[in-house]
Amino acid sequence: MTTLTDPPKESFRLSMLIYDTRYRSMTIQVVALIGFLIAIGWLISNTANNLAELGKEPSFGFLWEPAGYDINQRLLDYNSQSPHIRAAVIGLMNTLVVAVLGCITATVLGVTIGVLRLSKNWIIARLMTIYVESFRNVPVLLWIVFAMAIITETLPQPKDFRGEDAIATMKLGDSVAITNRGVYIPEPLFSSGIGDVSVFNDAFEVSLDLMAILALLGASLVISGLIKKRADQIQAATGVRPTTWYARLGVIVIPMAILLYVLGFHLGYPELKGFNFTGGTHLRNSLIALWLALSLYTAAFIAEIVRAGILAISKGQTEAASALGLRPSRTMNLVILPQALRVIIPPLISNYLNLTKNSSLAIAVGYMDLTGTLMGITLNQTGRELETVLLGMLVYLTISLSISMVMNWYNNSVKLRER
Amino acid sequence: MKKSVFLGALTVAGIAAGGVFAGTLDDVKARGKLNCGVTTGVAGFAVPDANGEWDGFDVGVCRAVAAAVFGDPTAVEFVPTTGKTRFTALASGEIDMLARNTTWTFSRDVDLKFDFVGVNYYDGQGFMVPTALGVTSAKELDGATVCIQTGTTTELNLADFFRANGISYEPVPIETNAEGQQQYLAGACDTYTTDASGLAATRATFESPDDHVLLPEIISKEPLGPLVRHGDNEWGDIVRWSLNALISAEELGVTSANIGEMSAGTNNPEINRLLGTEGNLGEMLGLSADWAKNAIAAGGNYAELFERNIGENTPIGLSRGLNAQWTDGGLLYSPPFR
Ligand SMILES: N[C@@H](CCC(=O)N[C@@H](CS)C(=O)NCC(=O)O)C(=O)O
Repeated sequence: MTTLTDPPKESFRLSMLIYDTRYRSMTIQVVALIGFLIAIGWLISNTANNLAELGKEPSFGFLWEPAGYDINQRLLDYNSQSPHIRAAVIGLMNTLVVAVLGCITATVLGVTIGVLRLSKNWIIARLMTIYVESFRNVPVLLWIVFAMAIITETLPQPKDFRGEDAIATMKLGDSVAITNRGVYIPEPLFSSGIGDVSVFNDAFEVSLDLMAILALLGASLVISGLIKKRADQIQAATGVRPTTWYARLGVIVIPMAILLYVLGFHLGYPELKGFNFTGGTHLRNSLIALWLALSLYTAAFIAEIVRAGILAISKGQTEAASALGLRPSRTMNLVILPQALRVIIPPLISNYLNLTKNSSLAIAVGYMDLTGTLMGITLNQTGRELETVLLGMLVYLTISLSISMVMNWYNNSVKLRER
Repeated sequence: MKKSVFLGALTVAGIAAGGVFAGTLDDVKARGKLNCGVTTGVAGFAVPDANGEWDGFDVGVCRAVAAAVFGDPTAVEFVPTTGKTRFTALASGEIDMLARNTTWTFSRDVDLKFDFVGVNYYDGQGFMVPTALGVTSAKELDGATVCIQTGTTTELNLADFFRANGISYEPVPIETNAEGQQQYLAGACDTYTTDASGLAATRATFESPDDHVLLPEIISKEPLGPLVRHGDNEWGDIVRWSLNALISAEELGVTSANIGEMSAGTNNPEINRLLGTEGNLGEMLGLSADWAKNAIAAGGNYAELFERNIGENTPIGLSRGLNAQWTDGGLLYSPPFR
């Protein structure tokens, strides 16, 4: 008596793709994927068709035509006869300048404000709260336009510096001029410099003076690092740390002073000549407005991140550290901050990315960044919307991914290593 | 998430799918109004008044076209555009025509795929400076800070002018005329440069216009005219001949005052053809017989539009100059209506 039969051999039926939960989700995903690909393909072919119908075949040849327009802030050689691609590079440099300046300032401000917001001093803590809430809750575009308006409307014009009874005067021993067209500061000059070399078929000029200074600084830092390492070893072996600060400072300062002397380093001061100040470095009003607004705005977010990071470390850590006899400053540096960083860094990355992307609002104050050159004037003068915007998006994507990569690498180096 | 991607893709595709243009006239008729691109605000050329009604010399061209198509000069939706957004707006079909101080150049006509239907103002680029600056010639502007609108012929001419004269300048790029005016008045730039007509119009809105002068140099040719997308010749014809109707009307002495009388029939066959009492010009355009009569009645003929908006008796005070009829030594010359 065999009451037990084999379970019926299951054969695959098509309907199981829908009714069998084992296959259903896969079916849905495959269908969605196919639909998605069809939509993308249709989009691309449609765009290509429409462009062809308008007689606008996509092509990047225009990038090598002369741009025809001038750009005020140029970190590399550029004139109106340079090709569009070079105008785009100038714009890219300007984007990077404001992004780097902005990220640094925002971090310094943000960390300070975040820590101060936890201060036991009631007034300071409240003031920081007001700062954070007011900057966070107003769109950054308004801050940018506001900063620019303040600069152009309230600061003196260059002509106010002229004449016997001038309304405005230069600051800091006549070395800095603050005008509504921007701030002019002294610039470093080398009277017996070693000149420039051109690289990449004359595409860029690289200052050898700057290279020499950077190389020396690098070498000095390495030596200073070696001195520290030796002090660490001695401390580990004997328990006594030799005093090294003068040696470490000396290896940096003395060779640098000698090099600067040899190169004939001196400062070039701004001077009112004709319509404007000449000489010195001109930080344009658009750069300052954008830089200030982006930094102040992003600092508010960073402050909150820092505050959250510090609050995330349990009080027990502080108590344990003081029980071990660590001073409060060492507790902060050796115990709290290294742990808080793990909480702080991931959201910090996204704030750096935000700042960089927000820098494209430069257009509102006429700062010639990538959006202003490639995706602005070049787009408009050549009518190559698709090409310039695609290229621009690609560049922003590359910048953002690079920032993420560097910061993730740093994050990995500080994160908790499980043993 | 997946859903939003799909919806996004569909919207973009929808926009892309709308990219083929023919039969603009049918679209305009179906919509019941004309979408006309104008400036964001240049006194005398295109500004909204206190009631939000647009008025001005360029606006007059839009109204004439709307009147020719619908018999109603108010059937227009005005779309403010900046120097930078105007071409994208036209190419994408957001507007049916552009009447915005726009210079007819080779590359805009050929490469950007637009058709300029004519010229409604012959202009050239000039410089405005505060009188107090003591500058009397543009060649003295070495080292000056110059406000310019981006995306214009202005910025290209400027670069050429300074390079050709071996002098330098600091450009301050701005988006709109209003922004340029604000920067210039705040002294953030020494001089403001754009089409001389635009400078005159801008200066007229200043509190003390006499404190500012236009320098004598005119550094370029700026024939400003209405334009449409390349490829829809029927629509181009309508805009072209609406403009020509305004110009011919002046030449033939047809004004908004006497047009009622004249359209009863005259002994000048060209006036009769223009006003639709003779021949079938309107039918050829796909419009009613009185299309040109409506266009002229909308704001008057060319001279009336000019004098009312930008002429010598307005604060802007432009003289006809090159923009006089060819019979008066100017460049205005409409082909015959026949
Ligand atoms: N004609 C030049 C310049 C046109 C232009 O932008 N003119 C200014 C000053 S007249 C203007 O119309 N601005 C109006 C606005 O800012 O909306 C061109 O076509 O590129």
